Amino acid sequence: MSLLQVEHVSKHFGSLIAVNDVSMTVEAGQLRAVIGPNGAGKTTFFNLISGFLRPSSGRIIFDGEDVTALLPARRVWRGIARTFQVTEVFPELSVRQNLRIPVEVASGYRLRPWLSRSADAKVAAHVAELLEMGGLADKADRLVGELSHGDQRATEIVMALALNPRLLLLDEPTAGMGDQETYAITQLIRRLHKDGKLTIVLIEHDMRVVFHLADRITVLDQGSFLAEGTPQEIAANEAVQTAYLGQAA
Amino acid sequence: MKDGPQDYPKYVGAAVIWLALLSMPFWINRVGGYTQLGTEVLVMALAATALNFLLGFTGVLSFGHAAYFGLGVYGAGLTIKYLLPSTLAGMAVGVLTAVVAAAIIGLLIVHLRGIYFAMVTIAFGQVFYFIAFRWNNVTGGDDGLSNWSRQPIDFGFARLDILHSPVTFYYFVLFFFAVAVAIMAALLRSPFGRTLLAIRENERRTRFLGVPVDRHIWLSWLISCTFVGLAGTLYALLNNFADPHTLYWEQSGVFVIMAVLGGMRSFWGPLIGAAIYVVLQDYVSTMTQNWMSFIGLFFVLVVLFFPRGVLGIIRRKVVP
Repeated sequence: MSLLQVEHVSKHFGSLIAVNDVSMTVEAGQLRAVIGPNGAGKTTFFNLISGFLRPSSGRIIFDGEDVTALLPARRVWRGIARTFQVTEVFPELSVRQNLRIPVEVASGYRLRPWLSRSADAKVAAHVAELLEMGGLADKADRLVGELSHGDQRATEIVMALALNPRLLLLDEPTAGMGDQETYAITQLIRRLHKDGKLTIVLIEHDMRVVFHLADRITVLDQGSFLAEGTPQEIAANEAVQTAYLGQAA
Repeated sequence: MKDGPQDYPKYVGAAVIWLALLSMPFWINRVGGYTQLGTEVLVMALAATALNFLLGFTGVLSFGHAAYFGLGVYGAGLTIKYLLPSTLAGMAVGVLTAVVAAAIIGLLIVHLRGIYFAMVTIAFGQVFYFIAFRWNNVTGGDDGLSNWSRQPIDFGFARLDILHSPVTFYYFVLFFFAVAVAIMAALLRSPFGRTLLAIRENERRTRFLGVPVDRHIWLSWLISCTFVGLAGTLYALLNNFADPHTLYWEQSGVFVIMAVLGGMRSFWGPLIGAAIYVVLQDYVSTMTQNWMSFIGLFFVLVVLFFPRGVLGIIRRKVVP
Protein backbone atom coordinates (compact mmCIF):
# COMPACT_ATOMS: atom_id res chain seq x y z
CA MET A 1 0.00 0.00 0.00
CA SER A 2 1.16 3.53 -0.68
CA LEU A 3 2.34 5.51 2.32
CA LEU A 4 0.79 8.78 1.20
CA GLN A 5 -2.17 9.31 -1.09
CA VAL A 6 -3.26 12.81 -1.86
CA GLU A 7 -6.60 12.67 -3.63
CA HIS A 8 -7.91 15.61 -5.63
CA VAL A 9 -7.07 18.29 -3.10
CA SER A 10 -7.88 21.93 -3.74
CA LYS A 11 -7.29 25.05 -1.67
CA HIS A 12 -9.07 28.33 -2.27
CA PHE A 13 -8.24 31.62 -0.59
CA GLY A 14 -11.31 33.66 -1.44
CA SER A 15 -11.40 33.73 -5.22
CA LEU A 16 -7.75 32.69 -5.56
CA ILE A 17 -7.26 29.02 -6.30
CA ALA A 18 -3.84 28.17 -4.87
CA VAL A 19 -4.07 24.42 -5.40
CA ASN A 20 -6.51 23.02 -7.93
CA ASP A 21 -7.46 19.34 -7.87
CA VAL A 22 -3.99 17.86 -7.37
CA SER A 23 -3.40 14.16 -6.69
CA MET A 24 -0.17 12.43 -5.77
CA THR A 25 0.73 8.98 -4.54
CA VAL A 26 4.01 8.34 -2.75
CA GLU A 27 5.24 4.80 -2.09
CA ALA A 28 7.12 3.94 1.07
CA GLY A 29 10.85 4.46 0.65
CA GLN A 30 10.45 6.86 -2.25
CA LEU A 31 12.03 10.28 -2.56
CA ARG A 32 9.62 12.53 -4.34
CA ALA A 33 10.43 16.02 -5.50
CA VAL A 34 7.68 18.58 -6.08
CA ILE A 35 8.79 21.27 -8.50
CA GLY A 36 7.23 24.09 -10.45
CA PRO A 37 7.70 27.76 -11.30
CA ASN A 38 7.14 30.42 -8.63
CA GLY A 39 3.52 30.61 -7.60
CA ALA A 40 2.82 27.03 -8.66
CA GLY A 41 1.27 26.29 -5.28
CA LYS A 42 4.01 23.96 -4.03
CA THR A 43 4.19 25.34 -0.50
CA THR A 44 0.40 25.48 -0.17
CA PHE A 45 0.30 21.87 -1.33
CA PHE A 46 2.83 21.02 1.38
CA ASN A 47 0.83 22.88 4.00
CA LEU A 48 -2.19 20.76 3.12
CA ILE A 49 -0.24 17.54 3.60
CA SER A 50 1.30 18.61 6.93
CA GLY A 51 -1.95 20.02 8.31
CA PHE A 52 -0.87 23.66 8.43
CA LEU A 53 -3.88 24.34 6.19
CA ARG A 54 -7.13 22.43 5.74
CA PRO A 55 -7.97 21.63 2.09
CA SER A 56 -11.14 23.17 0.62
CA SER A 57 -11.86 19.79 -0.94
CA GLY A 58 -10.19 16.43 -1.48
CA ARG A 59 -8.68 13.85 0.88
CA ILE A 60 -5.29 13.02 2.31
CA ILE A 61 -4.66 9.38 3.22
CA PHE A 62 -1.60 8.49 5.27
CA ASP A 63 -0.79 4.81 5.72
CA GLY A 64 -4.38 3.87 4.98
CA GLU A 65 -5.91 6.41 7.37
CA ASP A 66 -7.79 9.54 6.36
CA VAL A 67 -5.87 12.39 8.05
CA THR A 68 -7.55 15.26 6.18
CA ALA A 69 -9.20 16.65 9.33
CA LEU A 70 -6.37 15.99 11.80
CA LEU A 71 -4.55 18.83 13.54
CA PRO A 72 -0.79 19.20 12.91
CA ALA A 73 0.27 17.69 16.25
CA ARG A 74 -1.79 14.59 15.58
CA ARG A 75 -0.27 14.17 12.13
CA VAL A 76 3.15 14.36 13.75
CA TRP A 77 2.14 11.59 16.16
CA ARG A 78 1.21 9.45 13.14
CA GLY A 79 4.62 10.02 11.60
CA ILE A 80 4.50 13.10 9.36
CA ALA A 81 7.29 15.60 10.10
CA ARG A 82 8.17 18.73 8.19
CA THR A 83 10.57 21.60 7.84
CA PHE A 84 9.69 25.07 6.62
CA GLN A 85 10.80 27.24 3.74
CA VAL A 86 11.94 29.90 6.20
CA THR A 87 13.87 28.11 8.94
CA GLU A 88 11.75 27.48 12.02
CA VAL A 89 13.90 26.64 15.04
CA PHE A 90 14.24 27.83 18.65
CA PRO A 91 16.85 30.56 18.15
CA GLU A 92 17.49 31.36 21.82
CA LEU A 93 18.00 27.76 22.87
CA SER A 94 21.13 25.68 22.31
CA VAL A 95 21.34 23.15 19.50
CA ARG A 96 21.22 20.42 22.11
CA GLN A 97 17.98 21.77 23.57
CA ASN A 98 16.50 22.24 20.11
CA LEU A 99 16.98 18.51 19.56
CA ARG A 100 16.11 17.44 23.08
CA ILE A 101 12.59 18.87 22.84
CA PRO A 102 11.48 16.78 19.84
CA VAL A 103 13.24 13.69 21.20
CA GLU A 104 11.34 14.00 24.47
CA VAL A 105 8.06 14.67 22.70
CA ALA A 106 8.55 11.65 20.44
CA SER A 107 9.38 9.51 23.49
CA GLY A 108 6.02 10.43 25.01
CA TYR A 109 7.60 12.56 27.74
CA ARG A 110 6.05 15.91 26.81
CA LEU A 111 3.97 16.15 30.00
CA ARG A 112 6.54 14.64 32.34
CA PRO A 113 7.44 16.92 35.27
CA TRP A 114 10.67 14.93 35.77
CA LEU A 115 12.74 12.25 34.06
CA SER A 116 14.37 9.22 35.58
CA ARG A 117 18.11 8.94 35.23
CA SER A 118 17.84 6.13 32.70
CA ALA A 119 15.24 7.95 30.60
CA ASP A 120 17.39 11.07 30.71
CA ALA A 121 20.45 9.10 29.59
CA LYS A 122 18.48 7.55 26.73
CA VAL A 123 17.30 10.97 25.57
CA ALA A 124 20.84 12.35 25.79
CA ALA A 125 22.19 9.43 23.74
CA HIS A 126 19.58 9.94 21.04
CA VAL A 127 20.37 13.66 20.97
CA ALA A 128 24.08 12.90 20.60
CA GLU A 129 23.30 10.60 17.68
CA LEU A 130 21.26 13.33 15.97
CA LEU A 131 23.99 15.92 16.56
CA GLU A 132 26.44 13.59 14.84
CA MET A 133 24.06 12.99 11.96
CA GLY A 134 23.58 16.69 11.32
CA GLY A 135 27.30 17.43 11.66
CA LEU A 136 26.49 19.64 14.65
CA ALA A 137 28.34 17.82 17.43
CA ASP A 138 30.97 20.55 17.86
CA LYS A 139 28.27 23.27 18.04
CA ALA A 140 25.94 21.46 20.41
CA ASP A 141 26.02 24.07 23.17
CA ARG A 142 25.80 27.15 20.98
CA LEU A 143 22.56 29.02 20.54
CA VAL A 144 20.94 28.10 17.25
CA GLY A 145 20.36 31.77 16.49
CA GLU A 146 24.15 32.25 16.37
CA LEU A 147 24.79 29.51 13.83
CA SER A 148 25.26 29.91 10.08
CA HIS A 149 22.22 29.61 7.85
CA GLY A 150 23.35 26.17 6.70
CA ASP A 151 23.75 24.87 10.23
CA GLN A 152 20.34 26.25 11.19
CA ARG A 153 18.80 24.36 8.26
CA ALA A 154 20.64 21.21 9.32
CA THR A 155 19.35 21.69 12.87
CA GLU A 156 15.81 21.97 11.57
CA ILE A 157 16.13 18.79 9.52
CA VAL A 158 17.52 16.73 12.40
CA MET A 159 14.80 18.17 14.66
CA ALA A 160 12.27 16.66 12.28
CA LEU A 161 14.23 13.39 12.29
CA ALA A 162 14.14 13.37 16.08
CA LEU A 163 10.42 12.67 15.76
CA ASN A 164 11.14 9.29 14.09
CA PRO A 165 8.97 10.23 11.13
CA ARG A 166 7.76 7.79 8.51
CA LEU A 167 7.29 10.65 6.07
CA LEU A 168 9.58 13.65 5.99
CA LEU A 169 8.45 16.81 4.21
CA LEU A 170 11.24 19.24 3.33
CA ASP A 171 10.25 22.68 2.03
CA GLU A 172 13.20 23.95 -0.03
CA PRO A 173 15.93 22.50 2.17
CA THR A 174 18.73 24.27 0.28
CA ALA A 175 17.08 27.69 -0.08
CA GLY A 176 19.53 30.54 0.37
CA MET A 177 22.57 28.30 0.71
CA GLY A 178 26.01 28.45 -0.85
CA ASP A 179 27.38 25.56 -2.91
CA GLN A 180 29.26 24.02 -0.02
CA GLU A 181 26.22 24.05 2.28
CA THR A 182 23.93 22.83 -0.49
CA TYR A 183 26.24 19.89 -1.06
CA ALA A 184 26.32 18.99 2.64
CA ILE A 185 22.53 19.10 2.98
CA THR A 186 22.07 17.13 -0.23
CA GLN A 187 24.38 14.43 1.09
CA LEU A 188 22.48 14.35 4.36
CA ILE A 189 19.14 13.91 2.58
CA ARG A 190 20.63 11.26 0.34
CA ARG A 191 21.90 9.29 3.34
CA LEU A 192 18.50 9.49 5.05
CA HIS A 193 16.84 8.20 1.93
CA LYS A 194 19.35 5.51 0.88
CA ASP A 195 20.60 4.29 4.26
CA GLY A 196 17.68 5.23 6.46
CA LYS A 197 15.05 4.07 3.94
CA LEU A 198 13.08 7.16 4.83
CA THR A 199 10.21 8.32 2.65
CA ILE A 200 10.81 11.95 1.72
CA VAL A 201 8.84 14.55 -0.20
CA LEU A 202 10.69 17.75 -0.93
CA ILE A 203 10.11 21.02 -2.69
CA GLU A 204 13.23 22.30 -4.37
CA HIS A 205 14.25 25.02 -6.78
CA ASP A 206 17.80 23.87 -7.40
CA MET A 207 17.46 21.43 -10.31
CA ARG A 208 20.89 19.89 -9.70
CA VAL A 209 19.64 18.85 -6.26
CA VAL A 210 16.34 17.59 -7.63
CA PHE A 211 17.88 15.45 -10.33
CA HIS A 212 20.56 14.17 -8.00
CA LEU A 213 18.11 13.02 -5.32
CA ALA A 214 14.64 12.29 -6.63
CA ASP A 215 13.20 8.93 -7.61
CA ARG A 216 10.13 10.59 -9.05
CA ILE A 217 9.14 14.17 -9.70
CA THR A 218 5.74 15.86 -9.57
CA VAL A 219 5.42 19.14 -11.46
CA LEU A 220 2.85 21.77 -10.52
CA ASP A 221 2.05 24.86 -12.51
CA GLN A 222 -0.32 27.66 -11.47
CA GLY A 223 -1.86 25.47 -8.79
CA SER A 224 -2.57 22.55 -11.08
CA PHE A 225 -0.95 19.21 -11.77
CA LEU A 226 1.26 19.38 -14.85
CA ALA A 227 3.29 16.18 -15.00
CA GLU A 228 4.73 13.30 -13.05
CA GLY A 229 7.51 10.86 -13.85
CA THR A 230 11.10 9.82 -13.38
CA PRO A 231 13.74 12.55 -13.63
CA GLN A 232 14.50 11.45 -17.21
CA GLU A 233 10.86 11.64 -18.23
CA ILE A 234 10.42 15.05 -16.66
CA ALA A 235 13.58 16.39 -18.29
CA ALA A 236 12.21 15.33 -21.66
CA ASN A 237 8.66 16.59 -21.05
CA GLU A 238 7.71 19.42 -23.37
CA ALA A 239 4.91 20.81 -21.24
CA VAL A 240 7.33 21.15 -18.33
CA GLN A 241 9.89 22.91 -20.48
CA THR A 242 7.28 25.34 -21.72
CA ALA A 243 6.08 26.07 -18.20
CA TYR A 244 9.60 26.90 -17.04
CA LEU A 245 10.78 28.66 -20.17
CA GLY A 246 7.52 30.53 -20.61
CA GLN A 247 8.01 32.00 -17.18
CA ALA A 248 11.73 32.57 -16.82
CA ALA A 249 13.34 32.04 -20.22
CA MET B 1 20.17 17.63 31.76
CA LYS B 2 23.67 17.81 33.19
CA ASP B 3 24.99 21.09 34.46
CA GLY B 4 28.36 22.34 33.41
CA PRO B 5 30.69 25.02 34.72
CA GLN B 6 28.60 27.58 32.85
CA ASP B 7 25.88 27.01 35.44
CA TYR B 8 28.01 27.81 38.50
CA PRO B 9 27.16 31.54 38.61
CA LYS B 10 23.51 30.50 38.69
CA TYR B 11 24.10 28.36 41.78
CA VAL B 12 26.04 31.12 43.50
CA GLY B 13 23.22 33.54 42.71
CA ALA B 14 20.60 31.17 44.10
CA ALA B 15 22.65 30.55 47.24
CA VAL B 16 23.00 34.28 47.87
CA ILE B 17 19.25 34.78 47.42
CA TRP B 18 18.30 31.94 49.78
CA LEU B 19 20.78 33.13 52.41
CA ALA B 20 19.40 36.65 52.19
CA LEU B 21 15.81 35.41 52.52
CA LEU B 22 16.59 33.04 55.40
CA SER B 23 18.39 35.72 57.37
CA MET B 24 16.06 38.62 56.50
CA PRO B 25 14.47 39.05 59.97
CA PHE B 26 17.96 39.48 61.44
CA TRP B 27 19.06 42.38 59.31
CA ILE B 28 16.00 44.07 57.89
CA ASN B 29 15.49 46.31 60.93
CA ARG B 30 19.08 47.51 60.74
CA VAL B 31 18.65 48.73 57.16
CA GLY B 32 15.54 50.71 58.07
CA GLY B 33 12.93 48.14 57.17
CA TYR B 34 10.65 45.95 59.24
CA THR B 35 9.70 42.29 59.17
CA GLN B 36 6.27 42.78 57.62
CA LEU B 37 7.90 44.60 54.73
CA GLY B 38 10.10 41.57 54.16
CA THR B 39 7.03 39.35 54.25
CA GLU B 40 5.29 41.54 51.70
CA VAL B 41 8.32 41.27 49.42
CA LEU B 42 8.07 37.48 49.65
CA VAL B 43 4.36 37.42 48.90
CA MET B 44 4.66 39.75 45.93
CA ALA B 45 7.73 37.88 44.72
CA LEU B 46 5.76 34.65 44.75
CA ALA B 47 2.96 36.24 42.72
CA ALA B 48 5.38 37.80 40.24
CA THR B 49 7.37 34.58 39.88
CA ALA B 50 4.15 32.68 39.25
CA LEU B 51 3.05 35.23 36.65
CA ASN B 52 6.46 34.94 35.06
CA PHE B 53 6.09 31.18 34.71
CA LEU B 54 3.50 32.10 32.08
CA LEU B 55 4.97 35.37 30.82
CA GLY B 56 8.71 34.73 30.78
CA PHE B 57 8.84 30.99 30.25
CA THR B 58 5.79 30.30 28.09
CA GLY B 59 5.65 33.66 26.33
CA VAL B 60 2.02 34.38 27.17
CA LEU B 61 1.07 37.77 28.59
CA SER B 62 -1.78 37.89 31.12
CA PHE B 63 -3.14 41.16 32.42
CA GLY B 64 -5.67 39.42 34.60
CA HIS B 65 -3.67 37.61 37.25
CA ALA B 66 -5.08 39.88 39.94
CA ALA B 67 -8.30 37.88 39.61
CA TYR B 68 -6.65 34.71 40.91
CA PHE B 69 -4.61 36.62 43.45
CA GLY B 70 -7.79 38.27 44.70
CA LEU B 71 -9.72 35.01 44.72
CA GLY B 72 -6.98 33.68 47.00
CA VAL B 73 -7.33 36.78 49.17
CA TYR B 74 -11.12 36.55 49.48
CA GLY B 75 -11.18 32.76 49.63
CA ALA B 76 -8.91 32.85 52.66
CA GLY B 77 -10.60 35.85 54.30
CA LEU B 78 -14.20 34.70 53.86
CA THR B 79 -13.39 31.18 55.03
CA ILE B 80 -11.66 32.33 58.18
CA LYS B 81 -14.28 34.95 58.94
CA TYR B 82 -17.46 32.99 58.25
CA LEU B 83 -16.70 29.28 57.98
CA LEU B 84 -13.78 28.06 59.99
CA PRO B 85 -11.24 30.07 61.98
CA SER B 86 -8.31 28.09 60.61
CA THR B 87 -5.40 29.56 58.69
CA LEU B 88 -4.69 26.42 56.68
CA ALA B 89 -8.36 25.87 55.81
CA GLY B 90 -8.54 29.45 54.59
CA MET B 91 -5.48 28.94 52.43
CA ALA B 92 -6.82 25.68 51.01
CA VAL B 93 -10.14 27.26 50.06
CA GLY B 94 -8.43 30.32 48.62
CA VAL B 95 -6.09 28.32 46.41
CA LEU B 96 -8.83 25.93 45.33
CA THR B 97 -11.11 28.82 44.34
CA ALA B 98 -8.35 30.34 42.24
CA VAL B 99 -7.57 26.98 40.61
CA VAL B 100 -11.18 26.22 39.69
CA ALA B 101 -11.75 29.70 38.26
CA ALA B 102 -8.48 29.58 36.32
CA ALA B 103 -9.21 26.11 34.95
CA ILE B 104 -12.61 27.14 33.59
CA ILE B 105 -11.61 30.57 32.30
CA GLY B 106 -8.43 29.06 30.86
CA LEU B 107 -10.44 26.66 28.72
CA LEU B 108 -12.32 29.59 27.22
CA ILE B 109 -9.28 31.69 26.35
CA VAL B 110 -6.22 29.52 25.61
CA HIS B 111 -6.83 29.60 21.89
CA LEU B 112 -6.34 33.38 21.89
CA ARG B 113 -2.94 34.97 21.38
CA GLY B 114 -1.11 38.17 22.16
CA ILE B 115 -3.14 41.29 22.79
CA TYR B 116 -6.46 39.40 22.48
CA PHE B 117 -5.46 37.01 25.22
CA ALA B 118 -4.31 39.88 27.45
CA MET B 119 -7.55 41.84 26.89
CA VAL B 120 -9.77 38.87 27.70
CA THR B 121 -7.82 38.12 30.88
CA ILE B 122 -8.51 41.70 32.00
CA ALA B 123 -12.20 41.35 31.20
CA PHE B 124 -12.61 38.16 33.20
CA GLY B 125 -10.59 39.65 36.04
CA GLN B 126 -12.87 42.67 36.29
CA VAL B 127 -15.89 40.41 36.72
CA PHE B 128 -14.51 39.21 40.06
CA TYR B 129 -13.61 42.73 41.08
CA PHE B 130 -17.16 43.95 40.58
CA ILE B 131 -18.58 40.99 42.49
CA ALA B 132 -16.36 41.78 45.47
CA PHE B 133 -17.11 45.50 45.10
CA ARG B 134 -20.90 45.19 44.92
CA TRP B 135 -21.67 42.29 47.21
CA ASN B 136 -21.51 44.52 50.26
CA ASN B 137 -22.99 42.40 53.02
CA VAL B 138 -20.65 39.46 52.35
CA THR B 139 -17.43 40.98 51.04
CA GLY B 140 -17.62 44.34 52.73
CA GLY B 141 -17.67 46.02 49.30
CA ASP B 142 -15.33 48.93 48.85
CA ASP B 143 -14.37 48.88 52.52
CA GLY B 144 -12.96 45.38 52.20
CA LEU B 145 -13.29 42.42 54.47
CA SER B 146 -12.05 43.12 57.97
CA ASN B 147 -12.61 41.93 61.55
CA TRP B 148 -10.89 38.64 61.07
CA SER B 149 -7.30 37.55 61.48
CA ARG B 150 -4.94 34.72 60.75
CA GLN B 151 -4.95 32.06 63.44
CA PRO B 152 -2.11 30.38 65.28
CA ILE B 153 -1.51 26.89 63.94
CA ASP B 154 -1.68 24.02 66.41
CA PHE B 155 0.16 20.85 65.49
CA GLY B 156 -0.73 19.13 68.78
CA PHE B 157 2.89 18.81 69.83
CA ALA B 158 3.77 22.36 68.92
CA ARG B 159 2.07 25.65 68.29
CA LEU B 160 3.05 28.09 65.59
CA ASP B 161 2.03 31.54 66.71
CA ILE B 162 1.96 33.25 63.37
CA LEU B 163 -0.57 35.78 64.66
CA HIS B 164 1.48 37.55 67.29
CA SER B 165 5.02 36.95 66.06
CA PRO B 166 5.81 38.67 62.75
CA VAL B 167 9.05 36.71 62.52
CA THR B 168 7.25 33.38 62.83
CA PHE B 169 4.80 34.50 60.18
CA TYR B 170 7.70 35.53 57.94
CA TYR B 171 9.13 32.00 58.10
CA PHE B 172 5.67 30.56 57.59
CA VAL B 173 5.41 32.54 54.34
CA LEU B 174 8.99 31.71 53.39
CA PHE B 175 8.16 28.01 53.70
CA PHE B 176 5.32 28.28 51.17
CA PHE B 177 7.39 30.55 48.96
CA ALA B 178 10.21 28.00 48.93
CA VAL B 179 7.96 25.06 48.14
CA ALA B 180 6.15 26.93 45.34
CA VAL B 181 9.33 28.27 43.81
CA ALA B 182 11.04 24.87 44.00
CA ILE B 183 8.12 23.25 42.18
CA MET B 184 8.15 25.89 39.45
CA ALA B 185 11.92 25.66 39.03
CA ALA B 186 11.78 21.87 38.80
CA LEU B 187 8.98 22.05 36.24
CA LEU B 188 10.98 24.43 34.09
CA ARG B 189 13.86 21.96 34.00
CA SER B 190 11.59 19.07 33.02
CA PRO B 191 10.48 17.86 29.59
CA PHE B 192 7.16 19.62 30.17
CA GLY B 193 8.96 22.85 31.00
CA ARG B 194 11.02 22.59 27.85
CA THR B 195 7.85 22.38 25.75
CA LEU B 196 6.84 25.71 27.35
CA LEU B 197 10.16 27.30 26.39
CA ALA B 198 9.62 25.89 22.92
CA ILE B 199 6.21 27.56 22.71
CA ARG B 200 7.76 30.84 23.80
CA GLU B 201 10.53 30.56 21.22
CA ASN B 202 8.50 29.41 18.23
CA GLU B 203 4.92 28.31 18.51
CA ARG B 204 4.62 27.10 14.95
CA ARG B 205 7.72 24.94 15.21
CA THR B 206 6.46 23.50 18.50
CA ARG B 207 3.10 22.60 17.00
CA PHE B 208 4.87 20.76 14.20
CA LEU B 209 6.98 18.84 16.68
CA GLY B 210 3.78 17.21 17.87
CA VAL B 211 2.99 19.37 20.89
CA PRO B 212 -0.70 20.28 21.33
CA VAL B 213 0.20 23.88 22.05
CA ASP B 214 -3.13 25.08 23.46
CA ARG B 215 -3.23 22.29 26.03
CA HIS B 216 0.29 23.06 27.20
CA ILE B 217 -0.50 26.76 27.48
CA TRP B 218 -3.59 25.87 29.51
CA LEU B 219 -1.47 23.83 31.92
CA SER B 220 1.09 26.60 32.22
CA TRP B 221 -1.70 29.10 32.88
CA LEU B 222 -3.19 26.83 35.52
CA ILE B 223 0.13 26.33 37.32
CA SER B 224 0.76 30.07 37.18
CA CYS B 225 -2.68 30.95 38.54
CA THR B 226 -2.43 28.33 41.27
CA PHE B 227 0.66 29.92 42.75
CA VAL B 228 -0.71 33.42 42.26
CA GLY B 229 -3.74 32.23 44.23
CA LEU B 230 -1.44 30.90 46.94
CA ALA B 231 0.29 34.27 47.05
CA GLY B 232 -3.15 35.88 47.41
CA THR B 233 -4.01 33.80 50.46
CA LEU B 234 -0.70 34.74 52.09
CA TYR B 235 -1.35 38.40 51.28
CA ALA B 236 -4.72 38.23 53.03
CA LEU B 237 -3.11 36.62 56.06
CA LEU B 238 -0.36 39.22 56.11
CA ASN B 239 -2.83 42.10 56.31
CA ASN B 240 -5.66 40.33 58.16
CA PHE B 241 -7.76 42.07 55.57
CA ALA B 242 -9.20 41.49 52.10
CA ASP B 243 -9.00 44.52 49.86
CA PRO B 244 -11.10 44.68 46.64
CA HIS B 245 -8.19 46.39 44.94
CA THR B 246 -6.27 43.13 45.02
CA LEU B 247 -8.79 42.01 42.38
CA TYR B 248 -8.52 45.18 40.30
CA TRP B 249 -6.70 45.00 36.99
CA GLU B 250 -4.15 47.55 38.17
CA GLN B 251 -2.86 44.86 40.49
CA SER B 252 -2.31 42.60 37.45
CA GLY B 253 -0.27 45.38 35.93
CA VAL B 254 1.81 45.59 39.09
CA PHE B 255 2.74 41.90 38.77
CA VAL B 256 3.74 42.43 35.15
CA ILE B 257 5.80 45.49 36.12
CA MET B 258 7.60 43.48 38.82
CA ALA B 259 8.45 40.68 36.40
CA VAL B 260 9.65 43.00 33.65
CA LEU B 261 11.51 45.25 36.09
CA GLY B 262 13.50 42.38 37.56
CA GLY B 263 13.98 40.54 34.30
CA MET B 264 11.40 38.15 32.91
CA ARG B 265 13.90 35.88 31.21
CA SER B 266 15.54 35.00 34.51
CA PHE B 267 13.92 32.83 37.12
CA TRP B 268 14.83 35.17 40.02
CA GLY B 269 14.11 38.36 38.11
CA PRO B 270 10.54 38.75 39.44
CA LEU B 271 11.82 38.41 43.03
CA ILE B 272 14.25 41.26 42.45
CA GLY B 273 11.52 43.27 40.71
CA ALA B 274 9.08 42.67 43.55
CA ALA B 275 11.68 43.67 46.14
CA ILE B 276 12.46 46.90 44.31
CA TYR B 277 8.78 47.69 43.80
CA VAL B 278 7.66 46.99 47.36
CA VAL B 279 10.59 48.75 49.00
CA LEU B 280 10.36 51.79 46.71
CA GLN B 281 6.65 51.98 47.37
CA ASP B 282 7.23 51.82 51.11
CA TYR B 283 9.95 54.49 51.22
CA VAL B 284 8.80 56.88 48.56
CA SER B 285 5.16 56.84 49.63
CA THR B 286 6.14 58.28 53.03
CA MET B 287 7.60 61.29 51.18
CA THR B 288 5.12 61.91 48.40
CA GLN B 289 1.69 60.80 47.29
CA ASN B 290 3.01 60.55 43.77
CA TRP B 291 5.23 57.57 44.52
CA MET B 292 3.83 55.76 41.51
CA SER B 293 5.40 58.28 39.15
CA PHE B 294 8.83 57.48 40.58
CA ILE B 295 8.28 53.78 40.07
CA GLY B 296 6.96 54.53 36.60
CA LEU B 297 10.06 56.56 35.75
CA PHE B 298 12.32 53.81 37.06
CA PHE B 299 10.35 51.25 35.08
CA VAL B 300 10.61 53.24 31.85
CA LEU B 301 14.36 53.65 32.30
CA VAL B 302 14.87 49.94 32.88
CA VAL B 303 12.73 48.93 29.92
CA LEU B 304 14.44 51.44 27.62
CA PHE B 305 18.01 50.75 28.60
CA PHE B 306 17.99 47.28 30.13
CA PRO B 307 15.29 45.28 28.37
CA ARG B 308 16.35 42.16 30.24
CA GLY B 309 15.59 43.78 33.58
CA VAL B 310 17.70 44.49 36.62
CA LEU B 311 18.91 40.91 36.86
CA GLY B 312 19.85 41.07 33.19
CA ILE B 313 22.32 43.86 34.01
CA ILE B 314 23.94 41.85 36.78
CA ARG B 315 24.08 38.71 34.70
CA ARG B 316 25.79 40.49 31.84
CA LYS B 317 28.49 41.67 34.22
CA VAL B 318 29.05 38.21 35.71
CA VAL B 319 28.69 36.07 32.61
CA PRO B 320 30.38 37.72 29.65
